[in-house]
Amino acid sequence: MAAPGDTLSSARHGSGAVPAAGRSRPGWGRRLAGQQNRNLWFWVFVGPFALGLLVFVYIPIGWSVYLSFFDARNTVTPTVFVGLSNYREMLTDPAFLSSLGTFVLFALFIVPLTFAGGLGLALMVHRARRFKAFFRSVYFLPTACSYVVAALIWKMSIFSGVRFGLLNTVLRAVGLPPVAWLSVTHPPWYWLVIVTLRLWLQVGFYMILFLAGLQRIPTVLYEAAAVDGARPGWQTFRFITFPQLRATSAAVLVLLLINAFQAFDEFYNLLAVAGASGGGGYPPYARPPLVYLYYIALGNQQDFGHGSAGAVILALVIAVFTVLQGRLLGGRRRSDEAAPAGRRRTHRREADA
Amino acid sequence: MDLHPVSGTGSPVSRRRFFGVAGLVAAAGVATACGSNTGRDGGSSSSAAGPATSTAGGTSGSAGSAGSAGSGAASGTAPAGSVSLSQWYHAYGEEGTQQAVERYAAGYTKAKVTVQWNPGDYDKKVAAALLTGSGPDVFETGNGPSIDQIQSGQVAPLDGILGSAQSDFTASLVERMSYKGKLYAVPQVIDMQLLVYRKSMLDKAGVKPPTTFDELVAAAKALTTSDVKGLFLGNDGGAGVMVGPVLWSVGADYLTKDNAVGFDDPNVATAFGRLHELFASGSLLLGAPTDWSDPSSLTQGLTAMQWTGLWTFPVLAKELGDDFGVLPWPKFSATVGSPSVPIGAYGSTVSAKSKDVQAAKDYVRWLWVENTADQLDFAQSYGFHVPARKSLADKADKLKSGPAADAVDILQKYGHAQTPLLWTPASGTAMSDAVTNIVKSGADPKAALAGVRTTVQAELARVAK
Repeated sequence: MAAPGDTLSSARHGSGAVPAAGRSRPGWGRRLAGQQNRNLWFWVFVGPFALGLLVFVYIPIGWSVYLSFFDARNTVTPTVFVGLSNYREMLTDPAFLSSLGTFVLFALFIVPLTFAGGLGLALMVHRARRFKAFFRSVYFLPTACSYVVAALIWKMSIFSGVRFGLLNTVLRAVGLPPVAWLSVTHPPWYWLVIVTLRLWLQVGFYMILFLAGLQRIPTVLYEAAAVDGARPGWQTFRFITFPQLRATSAAVLVLLLINAFQAFDEFYNLLAVAGASGGGGYPPYARPPLVYLYYIALGNQQDFGHGSAGAVILALVIAVFTVLQGRLLGGRRRSDEAAPAGRRRTHRREADA
Repeated sequence: MDLHPVSGTGSPVSRRRFFGVAGLVAAAGVATACGSNTGRDGGSSSSAAGPATSTAGGTSGSAGSAGSAGSGAASGTAPAGSVSLSQWYHAYGEEGTQQAVERYAAGYTKAKVTVQWNPGDYDKKVAAALLTGSGPDVFETGNGPSIDQIQSGQVAPLDGILGSAQSDFTASLVERMSYKGKLYAVPQVIDMQLLVYRKSMLDKAGVKPPTTFDELVAAAKALTTSDVKGLFLGNDGGAGVMVGPVLWSVGADYLTKDNAVGFDDPNVATAFGRLHELFASGSLLLGAPTDWSDPSSLTQGLTAMQWTGLWTFPVLAKELGDDFGVLPWPKFSATVGSPSVPIGAYGSTVSAKSKDVQAAKDYVRWLWVENTADQLDFAQSYGFHVPARKSLADKADKLKSGPAADAVDILQKYGHAQTPLLWTPASGTAMSDAVTNIVKSGADPKAALAGVRTTVQAELARVAK
């Protein structure tokens, strides 16, 4: 809080104490601009983003909610109000429900795998004595790769169903018949393709989050543990490292789950097929909610009413999951910490005044 | 839909979001550039990044426009009273097609026509563009616009546009693109799908071209070796593209003539069950780099027989010489059903939101009704198609010999319209979901088809106004 600010503030608020003579009231423009033009600068910096957020996020969400109450086929300015019937139909649509089931299955694979993988890598890189920066970069690099590009590599090269696909070449070398990874459902090899792809792409990012968390653990804790007789390795990890990573773990889990909910790119690029001429098809298995909604609303069906209802349902499910998870895993602790700090600041300000 | 996590780890979240956004931008770029998974004629990746746009009339000296008003654009000023039209095509896979349609557009003198070539998911792009005011004036639609596009008034009726040529157009196509007596698209060329086989491979295995489904299964099995699969029906094992032929092979159809469910015959369930046996037999090619609409799997020796389209014949002839023959999808058995091939056509359609609907109609009439020279060029100079006008089909010399001639013969004998107008995308999705479950996962055909029936009836009730 710099001095000039205080002066200005007293000039403004304390007009009763200061004689009005010789001082003109600041104009509306000045008052809107705020102290040191703070309001102005606030909007200069925040405005474009707020505007973008409004135009590209909040208005579409609002519009989507609006559409979900209408019979909106081939139009985004519908006229036939249908109340909740889109919601009713989506919630009883076996394909939509099965897509939610697909998400749950996908999350069951990818969330624990990425969590364990990211944490494991972070622990190893954290302990590395040499080339720490190198390993950090190497594991992080795949994050920079686009899902579409990675999906094409997985589909066309590694998991190609023909005999010269990378894995099939390996199988052939050891005398096994080739496998059409993405085309068969018994056994469901496509899950291997989908899960390894996402794991490769995102594990490095979560490793970085865990690394940051590891670096924030005070060394004294480890020293104290050693003094108390905790053996390095599992015991230390179990009772010091992992509990100290609680906040990071909670954030990682929430992010992983939300990302799994929003899965679209790799599914679409791996599994969409030519289908009948002109149609473009997607198999009924491994069809996550966003892919299903994409075909309903933006695909040839152009049914924005049902698509929007599905999207709103999905958003609510994500919100509920996130809130629940935040509650269960340490969200509360942080808010407890924040509250007293906030109160302290308020007290001080009152004292200053 | 995007929801922010409620946890307060500010920095990582914003970083994640940054990568998310960056990834999306990159994804959008790649998605536009690679059309490989959308399965149009020749689904190979196009080298063009993003839609390629070219303006007709920019260069003078194009065929037929010498000294006409159309060349005025060269100097940067449009001719007085002229209109601008935009015309969209999906990306045909065959070389030279894009240049050809640009040349046709350049030959039109009454308006300045801009051709946009759209690699990637053409149907979805058109659907999105039609919601706005900046969509195309003239665009092509597979088998004409959908029933929902017609009923919601997105496309302009073109009745009367065929004029005296009406009787010269293939009647079944005109009927397919009409609704309640009004025409909504002018058929450009006829496309057909059919079974293509490598003669040499069949000879070597001592297999005769199959005439029933049982023979097809046996042939596929006999032709399968450790390097070559017997049959390719698409990477989904035929769940997408074989629905029609399987229905027709037992004498059933998507819908009956009076628009009721057409697949109640118990033989339909049996036939799809047999398709599952074929899938499980290990003689189908699956997971190939290109899909059924592209001839590469056949030319590269990955399969001995492939379901594909007439459009691939120039490539097949170039790569295989005369080592390929053609067949319809066989009848189910010696006593049940008949052979069949699906035929369809891209239709030239006019957007109801066009700034000048009449000018757009005039252009469609000029190009796809009157301009028979360009129609003939389009049908046989790039990918092979059958001209939609019967008088032109007689003049298409390249379709008069070899496998192409056999194909045209099959088309005339066994051709079925690909799907009926009232077979909506929702019905299509329900059917291909069910067939995928039957073919790949061995689901009970009767139960699966009963589920489709429910959806189709609801859709019919919705669109039959």
